[in-house]
Amino acid sequence: MSKPSRNLVELRFELNGKDLTVECEPQQTLSEVLRNRLNLTGTKISCEVQVCGACTVLVDGLPVSSCTYLAYEAQGHSVTTIEGLEDAGRKLHPIQQCFIDEFAFQCGFCTPGMILSAKALLDDVPDPTDDEIIHHMDGNLCRCTGYVPIVKAIRKAAAVMKEARG
Amino acid sequence: MSEEKSRDFEVVNRSVPRRDGRAKVSGRALYVSDVKLAGMAHVKVLRSPYAHARIVSMDTSAAETHRGVCNVLRGDDLEGLNPYFGHAVKDHPLIAIDKVRYAGEPVAAVIAEDELTAYEALELIRVEYQELPAVMEPGESLEKTAPLLHERQFEAGALRGFEGEVTAGRGSNLCQEHHVKWGDVDAAFARAAAVVEGEYYFPMAYAYAMEPYVAIAEVGDDGVTLYSSAQHPFMVRHDLKTIFDMPVSRIRLIVPFVGGGYGSKSYTKIEPLVSACAWKARRPVKLQLSVEEAMLTTRGDDALTWMRTAVDADGKIIARQAKIYMNTGAYAENSPLVCEKSSNRCVGPYAIPNVQIDNYSVYTNTVPASSFRGFGCAQVTMAGESQIDELAARIGKDPYEFRLDNVARPKQEFFPGMRPFDGTLTQDLRIVADNIGWKEPLPRGHGRSIGCSASDAGAYPLTSTAVRVHADGSVSLMIGSTELGQGSHTVLPQIAAEELGVSFDVVRVVSSDTAITPYDRSTGASRTTTLMGRAVQEASREAKEQMVRMAADVLGVEESEIESVRGGVTCGEARLNWSEVLTRYYKLPDGEVIGRAYIRKDGDFAQLPVFWEAASTGIEVSVDEETGKVTMEKLGTAGDVGLAINPALAEGQDIGAATTGMGIGMFEELEFDGNQLLNGNLLEYRLPRFSDMPRSVKLELVENRDGVGPYGAKGGGEASLNSLPANIANAVYNATGARVRRAPLTPEKVWRAIREARATGGENKS
Repeated sequence: MSKPSRNLVELRFELNGKDLTVECEPQQTLSEVLRNRLNLTGTKISCEVQVCGACTVLVDGLPVSSCTYLAYEAQGHSVTTIEGLEDAGRKLHPIQQCFIDEFAFQCGFCTPGMILSAKALLDDVPDPTDDEIIHHMDGNLCRCTGYVPIVKAIRKAAAVMKEARG
Repeated sequence: MSEEKSRDFEVVNRSVPRRDGRAKVSGRALYVSDVKLAGMAHVKVLRSPYAHARIVSMDTSAAETHRGVCNVLRGDDLEGLNPYFGHAVKDHPLIAIDKVRYAGEPVAAVIAEDELTAYEALELIRVEYQELPAVMEPGESLEKTAPLLHERQFEAGALRGFEGEVTAGRGSNLCQEHHVKWGDVDAAFARAAAVVEGEYYFPMAYAYAMEPYVAIAEVGDDGVTLYSSAQHPFMVRHDLKTIFDMPVSRIRLIVPFVGGGYGSKSYTKIEPLVSACAWKARRPVKLQLSVEEAMLTTRGDDALTWMRTAVDADGKIIARQAKIYMNTGAYAENSPLVCEKSSNRCVGPYAIPNVQIDNYSVYTNTVPASSFRGFGCAQVTMAGESQIDELAARIGKDPYEFRLDNVARPKQEFFPGMRPFDGTLTQDLRIVADNIGWKEPLPRGHGRSIGCSASDAGAYPLTSTAVRVHADGSVSLMIGSTELGQGSHTVLPQIAAEELGVSFDVVRVVSSDTAITPYDRSTGASRTTTLMGRAVQEASREAKEQMVRMAADVLGVEESEIESVRGGVTCGEARLNWSEVLTRYYKLPDGEVIGRAYIRKDGDFAQLPVFWEAASTGIEVSVDEETGKVTMEKLGTAGDVGLAINPALAEGQDIGAATTGMGIGMFEELEFDGNQLLNGNLLEYRLPRFSDMPRSVKLELVENRDGVGPYGAKGGGEASLNSLPANIANAVYNATGARVRRAPLTPEKVWRAIREARATGGENKS
């Protein structure tokens, strides 16, 4: 028995602020490249049909479901995963800290996707209403928390980020 | 939130941040899906397209020679293994042998270098089936002419957990039956002032833990090692012991963080199949199921309940009778226990002098049913709490007042032979009534309801732990319980820190590795805070006793002269903290002391249940009568938890459970079209989302320190689910006058019920 051989393509993109070149198979999804080839396992896989939001990453700041987004589509773009949110001094992003403060997760499996979806919202709408938060986050499922603490965490993060901007 | 109450304690009863917080918000928390072993191959599973069929032949030769394929595992090639497992009934083959019993059952498994190759090879397997008549519902399954699912008689599993004899495999499709009886129901119903009677359905539901089942196995000279998403690794170990005929010391299960369980990951699932593949391939293998496959692995039992309840002229409930048919699917899994528990939980939290419950759990050619958060209780509380409202309406009483008059009182032995009631439901109900504005006027189209439940929870009390106090004063807790998100990695260190008088930050959990952590029977039935919490408390105290003896030794005094204080000891002028005691004892700044505790069915835990899990829930809904769409506007919960070790975590359990209950009450149902599961994917199986949540949510905890857990704690996390489906049915009735007795209350069902109620000028029959 021998290893199967497959066609490989070269993929260049920016990942968490650093330029990267990686070989991947044309049919591979972004989540497969992130998880299997780059060992960035913070991106979680659940429904695989773009319903649950667990695999959410940001491409040029916009949330995409990496379970169905072909890795090749990221060519030349900027990708942010949960591993890219802490600053250089290992300080958590305010959204991450507010998720801890507000008990906005339990099992944690939806959390990376939740946080990245929330980041896309707050980068675009710095001071969202609860309705805007709920509308924006409706594509992310959580089975533990009943969502209410997540809305609170995002509201609080908006305030913290606003204060930081001065 | 509980600052005032926390005066009694330094560390417990405070909402300290989760210990796993940083790992989980940064993507570094490790789940089995993230684990890779050197030399690891991947497994994919071929599943039966038929609900019931004989396997006539199978040709796997093309798959076996496909480039990149290591092996193919088949049911007719398991020589050397005992292929049947089941903690309750050993009826479940690790892969189909001779026949398949539900559409989706594994019939062959390909082990290959990568996942894609394994998928490709599945296409190359040819199976010839001879289709057999299938039975999909308990009613048809119990008919004399029904085809038998299981021809052989089974052994009871060694850890079966239910009281009755094994019924499975005795010439019918009856998997298990359970009966509860006291008083004289016939006489009571004959003299009743009012009776309500009806049939209620609780749907087939899927727990949807976001992390689908996953396991990695390696079988070598040392034995079997598995990484698994199992809730109860020690129970899985017992099944593997039989499969491989090995002592438990050679079977190791390692459970890192689990991406949600809600009962669906309790007991043994894919571990026998994965370890058989590793045994066959002689290398480590990983099986990662998709969500669609997870939906073909386990679901909750659906239940059809006929129930009648009677009151006397004073408005006291005098009798309840129920007959329940539960659909356990193709294999018993945990359904024999679900059957027993749902029988017990029919009585509800009410003191009823005449009771008769007859419960039948029936095999069908559907996905095997097993535990699902609150198992058994939610199924029958749909009937029980609906009937309480129906009965109150019949006698013209307010359903809230009617409950206050009839709920079990503290210390009342409302279930003969069981632990006297250890909660305060009247207080729970009052809190919720206040928080949802029970007496306030309602807008048109709105309805309110209040409900409650009490279930015999805590599972079986068999738990042990070791608390290691190190010479630098830090502490390791050796915890067999799994961290599913419920927060045991936070709550248990709070208890140890409280007892040992050390900082919460220096206490760490070593979790769920059967080769390292002492035995804990299970992580379910809301038992961990109560049983493991109590074990950690006792083991911490035992460590302190040992350190007091060490202090006496190093100070050269009698033990009686040593006084134990927070974080250390004093003796006259001398004051030593634990680090100083150990350093002086060992004459080096290193070494440790190990405190132990063994919890068994004795002493405080002699009488079951370990505790009654009780809560009250109340809601307000609005109903769009043109479309039948129900919107939940308000939710109130009161969790009767004895003492919340971490109030924020306890409240998180209550709202999480209530949300799951809302999903089952309003949206969720696995539907079959003929023999095939119709909506076995997340595009078509509707789950609660952000926009479904009520805008007003009020969570409260009732802390009367009346449990047997540490500081009077009891478990929580199921009760707020149990009453929710009936809450929704009752609130919809109060909003529209239409009574719906089948969950979920989808827009179509509600719309039809409203039409029917209008047409008949009142009570509808559906």
